[in-house]
Formats: sequence, structure tokens, C-alpha cells
Amino acid sequence: MTALAAPARPAGTDATGRAPGVWAVYRWELVKLRYQKRTYLGLAASVLAPLLLVLAISLRSGAGHGDAFAFANYLTRSGLVVPLVILLFGAIWMFPLIVALVAGDIFASEDHNGTLKTVLTRSLERQQIFAGKMLVAATYAVFAIMLSGTVGVIAGSLQSGFNSLQSLSGTIVSAPRGLELVYASLVVYLIPTAAIVAIGLMLSTLTRNSAAAVVGTLMISLLIQLIGILPGMSGAQPYLLSTQFNAWQGLLRTPTDWVPIIRALWVCALYGIPALLVAFLVFMRRDVAGG
Amino acid sequence: MSAPPIEVRGLVKRYGELTAVDGVELTVQAGDVYGYLGPNGAGKTTSLRMMLGLISPTEGSVRLFGRDPHSTVRALDGVAGFVEAPAFYPYLSARRNLELMAAYDGYGAAGRVDFALDTVELGSRARDRVGGFSHGMRQRLGIAAALLRAPKLLLLDEPATGLDPAGMRDMRRLIRRLADDGMTVLLSSHLLAEVEELCNRVAVLRRGRIVYEGTIAALARGAAASYRLATTDDTRAREICLAQPGIDAVSTEHGHIVFTGEERAVAELSRALVEADVLIHELAPQTVTLEDLFFSLTEGDGVVLDGPEPLVVESAS
Ligand SMILES: Nc1ncnc2c1ncn2[C@@H]1O[C@H](COP(=O)(O)OP(=O)(O)O)[C@@H](O)[C@H]1O
Ligand SMILES: [Mg+2]
Repeated sequence: MTALAAPARPAGTDATGRAPGVWAVYRWELVKLRYQKRTYLGLAASVLAPLLLVLAISLRSGAGHGDAFAFANYLTRSGLVVPLVILLFGAIWMFPLIVALVAGDIFASEDHNGTLKTVLTRSLERQQIFAGKMLVAATYAVFAIMLSGTVGVIAGSLQSGFNSLQSLSGTIVSAPRGLELVYASLVVYLIPTAAIVAIGLMLSTLTRNSAAAVVGTLMISLLIQLIGILPGMSGAQPYLLSTQFNAWQGLLRTPTDWVPIIRALWVCALYGIPALLVAFLVFMRRDVAGG
Repeated sequence: MSAPPIEVRGLVKRYGELTAVDGVELTVQAGDVYGYLGPNGAGKTTSLRMMLGLISPTEGSVRLFGRDPHSTVRALDGVAGFVEAPAFYPYLSARRNLELMAAYDGYGAAGRVDFALDTVELGSRARDRVGGFSHGMRQRLGIAAALLRAPKLLLLDEPATGLDPAGMRDMRRLIRRLADDGMTVLLSSHLLAEVEELCNRVAVLRRGRIVYEGTIAALARGAAASYRLATTDDTRAREICLAQPGIDAVSTEHGHIVFTGEERAVAELSRALVEADVLIHELAPQTVTLEDLFFSLTEGDGVVLDGPEPLVVESAS
């Protein structure tokens, strides 16, 4: 290296330009996601799950057993069923894991890279950094679930056709109306997903360790499901976070059953808001030493 | 008059039993290149973390241009720097890292990315991922990241540590140049030579406490002008030394009389001794270098100095 001899001052050292805000954090957190492998792992799972299901359906019907089973029969009648089946089974661990991959990492990775001190000595308050990161974790969750649903609709329709759908009450729903219901279900599914994101964010700030936060979020999600199947705990069932992942099924009844959806809103708030509050307070107050 | 760039009062940081920073008082005036000198573990980084609002003080306060960095990040307007090794996102390029920081800086910082890269001579490596950068390149990128903020005050935590000799030289030149441009600099270091070369004022830190605060020149004066005396009658000699004008800080060390004084005063003293019939075995200037002084300040039980300017010195603890 030679002596450093560049110009002493930049061309325009004036203080023009605006103060940064949450938007700057949001935008750059998205950029960072684009450069990280875990982002694509989660999205790949979101895409592969419906594709594999469609593949399984086509192999089954190809083998001629298609009509032998009621469920398989139900699956092959309309492609619109595919995204809904993914929602049903994805709640056990797949979607919690996918959203935790980003939510659990988003604060902990700053600890891992030692970059918290870097971003906290710029012109953004801690609450702005927090808000930006929280919004990106939420955005990723929305994107992953919508992506999975959309891939499911397209792949399912290509395989089984864009046909009318049988509701859970037995009535027949037209294909366009069925499509609306699929997307409405995805939106309702975001309610418990948001609570999982909040838990991921909390563990990310508390553990300061990405792997611990991701695995921890998944463990919490699984443990809550376990509580539901313990003997004598059936009374708690409606208030478990895992149960709220089935709230969307209310949309597929005629008339629409709003009870589980309304309950999902406040039950998930009871899980999510305290978790978010813990994350916020820990992040606001913590000492940024080390790294 | 506007508030000084740095004003630290009664700053304390405790980690359980350990007091990492113990009542630090510090004022850095505009235009100072201020050395914050101390051996490893003295509490330099911890102090700088509090100055940058990264950790909260257990006691005391920090004001940057009169504002409290612990209450709002606005206190860091016009302030930049880093503690320990500057950290970046390894999977982003150098330029992207700086662009991110510029976005977080606002106020036109994005327009300074190229300037900053050029200043630290990383323009040609701007597209490479920081993950592959050497320690020296990261240190320079850290300076570039600080320059994005067009700072009036630069806080640097051992920026040359871990660099090879050429890297160290370049880093010092860069700091010198930034200081010449009018930036106020607080430079922490465990190397006396570095502080001596760059700084006009220095605070010496030892186990969280400031044991010397003042100009480098005063510190050097305290170091050089010390003499050792042995005579046929040391008791009498000591009395003469104490009475002699221009002879200060008389003490006894290892059976010798030790004192400070200008050359002329020492010559006068030798005559006074002879006239009092005290014969001289030995009268020699002590070869106390600034380095020795630094070590005695930071390693021993604390020495008592009494130079032309009063020195803040800790007594044996
Ligand atoms: N986060 C921390 N937790 C516990 N002890 C710490 C922490 N940070 C620093 N220390 C301790 O405080 C003392 C001062 O450390 P530091 O400020 O890093 O010194 P320096 O930068 O002068 O080498 C050391 O004894 C160090 O072990
Ligand atoms: Mg240090």
C-alpha cells in the first residue's frame, strides 16, 4: 500500500439531504436478505412443499388408486385444495421454521457480525432500527406464505384443474370464489404467523444467537402443540397458538364461521404483543459491548 | 462559547465486581488530537463505548458538543468513529457496506461514498466482499465509514493495532491529515510512540483511572530532568537539596537521592554541596525515558511526579 494521498475533502461537504428513517432500515434489511443463503432456504421450502404435494397427487392418480381414498379424491377434484392442504400441514413445523429463519436471525446476526455497534453509531435511533427489522421479518413471513399459496394454486390447477371446490360444510364453491377464499385463508393464516415472528424476534434479541433463536422458536411452537394433546388439557385447546393456525378453516364453512378468526386475533395478540415488547425493551436497553 | 467536543464527568462503568472505568474526567477541546493512552484492559474501549452511547454508564456523564449520546443518537451528529475492530456485513461488498451506512447516516452521506473510499485507498477493492478483506483493509474501511458522516469529532479505538509497520505508518499519516483538516480526534492507543507522534494532549489510563492528564511536552519534561546523587554524607546532602532553589521532587530511592531540576540548578547544587564539605560520589542524570515513565504510571503502584505542571497521579492502592 502506498501513502494515503487522496483529496482532503469531498466535492460537496454540505449538510444537504434528509434525516434517515425506518424506511432506510427497511430497504437495507431487504437488501441484506437478498445476499443471505437462509433467505432462499426458507423460500425454497415454501415453493417445494406445494410442488411435492402436487407431484405426489399426480403419482397417485397415475397409479390408478386415485378414487380409492376420500382424501385423495378430494385433493384431485380441484387444484385450489393444494394450497389449503399445505396450510394445514405447514402449521406443524414448516411455516414456523421458515419465518423463524429470518425473524430469529435478524437481531442475532448483528451480534454475530459485531455490526450492531456499526449501525447504532449512525444517525438512527434504536427504535427506528428495531421497527425496520421487525417490518422486514414480517414482510418475509408474508412473502413466504403468499408465495407458497400462489405456487400451490398454480401447480394444483395445472395438475387437477381450476375447478369448483367443496367447502367444509359440503357446499360447492365456484372456482373464482374458491380462489378468493384461498387468499383470504392465507391472510388469516398470517395472524398466528405474526405471533411466531414476534417470538422469533424476542428470542433473537434475548439469545443473541441465530441458531438458538431459530431452534427456540420452533421448539416453542412444537411445545404449544404438545400441550394441546396432553390429557386433560383439551380445555386449553382454543387458546393455544397452534390452534389459531386452523382459524382460516372458518372461511371455508357456509355460512362463514367468524368465531375462530376473531379468537385468533386476540389470542395471537396475547402471544405476540408481549413477545414483541420484550424484544423491544431488550433491544432498547442492552449494552452493545463485544464484537 | 460553544460546548467542547467531549466532556466526560465522573464516568464509571462496573461489570459486577470489576470496575472497568473508574471516575474518568476528560475534556477534549476543538482541534485537539487527544491521546487516550493505556495498556490492554485499562478501560479505553469501555470509555469509548460510553462516549458513543453503545453502553450506559454506571455513573457519570458524557457530553459530545454538549449533548448526551445516551439519550439520543442526535448527539452523534458530527461525530464518527469505531470501537475495537470496525465491523461490517461480510457478505456485502465494501461499497454496499458504505452505502448502507450512508443511508443510515442521511444528510447527504450517500454522496460521500466515493470520496471516503478514495481517501482510504480502497476504491479499487470497492466491489469485493468485505468477508475477504484483511484486518488492515477493514481498519481503513472503518475510517471510510466514519468519513461518510463528515465528522467534526473522530473517536478512534486503537486504529493501528494489528497492522503491519507500513499499515501503521499509513494509518498515522491518515489521522494526521484528518487532524490537519480541522477534525478533533480522540485516539485511544496502548503505544506511547503513536500518541507521542500524533497527539498534543494525552490522558494516561490505568485500571480505569486517569493517572496523568496534560500535554505530551509536560509529560516528557517530567521524564527527562531527573538526577541521581550519592555523597559522603547523604543526610546533609538531602538537606542541601531541599534548600537549593531550582531543585524539586527530592526523594530517596535505593540508597540514592533523586531529584529533578534544570541543568543550571544542578550545577549550582554541586557547588553548594562541595562548599558544605559534602563530597560527591555520583551525580548522574537518570535515563528515564517517556517509555519508562509510561510503564511506571501504568504498571507500578503509581509514582509521584512533581513537574513544572501539576500532574494528576494516583497514590499506591
Ligand atoms: N462486556 C464486558 N463484560 C465484562 N467485563 C468487561 C466487558 N468489557 C470490558 N470488560 C473488562 O473491562 C476492562 C477494561 O476493558 P477495555 O475497556 O476493553 O480495555 P482496553 O480497551 O483499554 O483494552 C477489562 O478488564 C475487561 O475485561
Ligand atoms: Mg480496547
